[in-house]
Amino acid sequence: MAEPTIYEISSPGRTGFQFHQPDVPVAQLPAELKRNDLPFPEVSEVDVIRHFTRLSQLNYGIDLGFYPLGSCTMKYNPRINEEMARLSGFAMAHPLQPIETVQGNLALIYQLQEWLKEISGFSGITLQPAAGAQGEFVGGLIMRAYHLSRNDLKRTKILVPDSAHGTNPATSSMSGFEVVNIPSDSRGNIDLEKLKEICDDCVAGLMLTNPNTLGLFEEHLQEVIAIIHEKGGLVYGDGANFNALLGIIKPGEVGFDIMHFNLHKTFSTPHGGGGPGSGPVAVAAHLVDFLPAPVVGIVEEGDDETPPLYGFITPSKSIGRMKSFYGHFGVLVRAFTYIAMHGANGLRNISENAVLNANYLKKLLGNAYTVPYDRACMHEFVAEGFWDDAPGIHALDVAKRMMDYGIHPPTNYFPLIVKEALMIEPTETESKQEIEHFAEIMKTIAHEAHTEPELLHTAPHHTPIGRLDEVKAAKDLVLCCWIPPEE
Amino acid sequence: MFTPHTDAERKEMLTALGLKSIEELFSDVPGKFRFPALNLPAGMSEMFAQNYVEGFAGANASTKEFVCFLGAGVYDHYIPAAVDSILRRGEFFTAYTPYQPEISQGTLQSIFEFQSLICNLTSLEVSNASHYDGATAAAEACLMAYAHFREKRKRILLSHAIHPQYREVINTYLSGARDIEIITSGKNEESLSDPREINNLIDEDTALVMVQYPDFFGRVFDLSDLINEAHQKGALVCMIVNPIALGLLKTPGQMGADIAVGEGQPLGIPLSFGGPYLGFIAARKDLVRKLSGRLVGETVDGNGKRGYVLTLTAREQHIRREKATSNICSNQGLMALAATVYMSLLGKSGMQQVSNLCYQNAHYAAQKISELDGFKILTSEPFFHEIVVQCPISIDHLNHHLLEEGILGGYALEHEFPDLKDCMLLAFTEKTNKEIIDVLCEIMKESNHG
Ligand SMILES: Cc1ncc(COP(=O)(O)O)c(C=O)c1O
Repeated sequence: MAEPTIYEISSPGRTGFQFHQPDVPVAQLPAELKRNDLPFPEVSEVDVIRHFTRLSQLNYGIDLGFYPLGSCTMKYNPRINEEMARLSGFAMAHPLQPIETVQGNLALIYQLQEWLKEISGFSGITLQPAAGAQGEFVGGLIMRAYHLSRNDLKRTKILVPDSAHGTNPATSSMSGFEVVNIPSDSRGNIDLEKLKEICDDCVAGLMLTNPNTLGLFEEHLQEVIAIIHEKGGLVYGDGANFNALLGIIKPGEVGFDIMHFNLHKTFSTPHGGGGPGSGPVAVAAHLVDFLPAPVVGIVEEGDDETPPLYGFITPSKSIGRMKSFYGHFGVLVRAFTYIAMHGANGLRNISENAVLNANYLKKLLGNAYTVPYDRACMHEFVAEGFWDDAPGIHALDVAKRMMDYGIHPPTNYFPLIVKEALMIEPTETESKQEIEHFAEIMKTIAHEAHTEPELLHTAPHHTPIGRLDEVKAAKDLVLCCWIPPEE
Repeated sequence: MFTPHTDAERKEMLTALGLKSIEELFSDVPGKFRFPALNLPAGMSEMFAQNYVEGFAGANASTKEFVCFLGAGVYDHYIPAAVDSILRRGEFFTAYTPYQPEISQGTLQSIFEFQSLICNLTSLEVSNASHYDGATAAAEACLMAYAHFREKRKRILLSHAIHPQYREVINTYLSGARDIEIITSGKNEESLSDPREINNLIDEDTALVMVQYPDFFGRVFDLSDLINEAHQKGALVCMIVNPIALGLLKTPGQMGADIAVGEGQPLGIPLSFGGPYLGFIAARKDLVRKLSGRLVGETVDGNGKRGYVLTLTAREQHIRREKATSNICSNQGLMALAATVYMSLLGKSGMQQVSNLCYQNAHYAAQKISELDGFKILTSEPFFHEIVVQCPISIDHLNHHLLEEGILGGYALEHEFPDLKDCMLLAFTEKTNKEIIDVLCEIMKESNHG
């Protein structure tokens, strides 16, 4: 049976939480400012705990098993991170407290800024952005502000490879640019000839994901960067795939001008059923003055006896504020704890194993699936979810069937340049046995696609609910439930 | 630590790949830049890392030990234990965006319930699944209105009495859209003037009028007439609302607003030094296709069983790319879950109680403070749970005194509102009471004379 909604288990007059009575003299709210009714559920605490516990059991998370959702880096979320973020000194600090009372928080932010700069090879950083997409937006606005500050008014275009994530073009438009798509070549790199042809002095910059969304390291990275720089453009790095590069290469050293991190991917902070994320943005020296305000810095140097005083600094040509306060601080604490536990060797070990796992898995799949652009991959790879000799089977069917085997499906239908894409990212926290088990399941499904296609078409069979009618959802548009207003 | 392979396993895997060393996997990386040294402290065991991180936490004063009268957009409310106990369930916090509805009904139905609660709280018909925070939700509302008029109406009117940080974020968000004009009402020397006077600025080129309710200074104005006037000129109206205040107050929907946005932090989310919080956006149904972010809709599976899916995805970046309504991808899922549990648990009576406690405590405090020599309440009635207090001494000085007595004082307004010299914004939640407020007044009195 379906779990009723919280409204459906409501019983008039029931209470779930009791506050105390005010102990001050009572003031009257003017009647004309009062709401007439508050149509909220009336349930007990037991009702609430059972309801949400039962709902949780309809969910699949990393804690339950393998979650190879490409581009999302669904690695294990260490429990110590959760404890640290909940320490009262962090969780119960108001963001507008006098800086003298939050030196611990500011020192942590400052230290994390330094570490992320060191890991990525950049000169400046902001931890403010709420997620990767907001980091990209920071990047877009910085590109804009940089060119305008040089009185270079003709740069109206941003180049985006056809393999890019949807946020890249969406961000470019929000930043006020026209998006120009760049095709990929037969090895999955940016098409260099096309790039040279298209890149002119109206280009504000290029948004480059490296490794790209095929999981491939850009083979002409230095040339690509040089082409953009020669025309006066900037190179933005979408760091969603940075899990492949910790201690492997520093993007700032190769010539990227800007890059965002996704702390909820690379640095193990939980994905929370959709968020919160955190998308710090690092920049090269010539862009430090454009960072969003405020950034945390040392406002009074310390000495042997006294620690420095940390405070807020507004960069001289700042693009402004991106969100309230200083970023997703609770997420920053988790990433900080993770880096502290790993150090340089531990971080490199993460990327090595992430890349090893992806290559091992790709190898185990053998010829069961076609992997276009087949060369050594980084932390993920993209296979095709269809076969010429299994007509009518789509990536969606493969994905749905996977759930019957207790596995979360890979990302599908992205990147757009692979037909019926299945984007597979095992991450470094999966064991050899887990990967082998998954490879077996993938092969079984490939076999079923040829022998019993109906099994795939009608999958999943063993989930709490079957395939849902998305057309009906969009047509009827039931987006909330109501209690009928009292007459 | 979190990478399970033994040396032997790693070797077996490499052998299967025909490799001798793991370094060979990185041959595409330009040699000159490959394997840079990272200058970081050596990795710590969990136990040492805990000690280390606790050192940072311990170097703060927090609302655990201090009484907090700071508000200004985020508030020190009590969080019922049930909220975090649900958030700690791995099935919720280790999942991601519910792309596969068959194994994500927990997340999807929770979001559906979140949307329902937000709609019922604001009396509007649709709500998205969450946005980054209140300020970015307000910025998205501006872009929504701009798109609604197909970029033909170019003016966004902001009340001078909205949160200054929201104004900053809106400015940043719209700086990419070349021809939007942002106009702020009021004059610098009249920060406490009636925000409804923004009506004088509405014209045929106005896409959106944005007002805050209660406003940044805590005041509550009936905005019905203003909204009516805006509609007559064809403009949309967005209200920035405090969700706790809506436990008692007339709603955006009742007043005719088209959009309501707000900061959901007061709904069971820790202060956490600025985030993660929860933005919400609710609107009239006919604006749904201009809404940013995820939306969950009800539907059925092949057997007619009720279920939930992400819907109207054609608005979003992964489908629409450069033409999307917004670039948002990851949102504030877990924070929306916190708010859903909080609102469900409190329910109708709990929401009214907490709202009333805030209201009563603030009114008692205003009365007491106004009796103090040299202190003056500048906020006109009615107000909700925040007041502007003009002090006979500098706010820095006063707050310093308060801090010594274990109290986090008010928010100094002078920096952002120069005419409000020596003024502070004090916030009152259910966590204060008569005794604490009396102590506050006592210290304020002493600081003036001392
Ligand atoms: C390649 C890529 N870029 C950007 C993003 C956007 O990041 P976020 O969801 O944190 O906004 C993602 C997220 O899935 C991604 O995979």
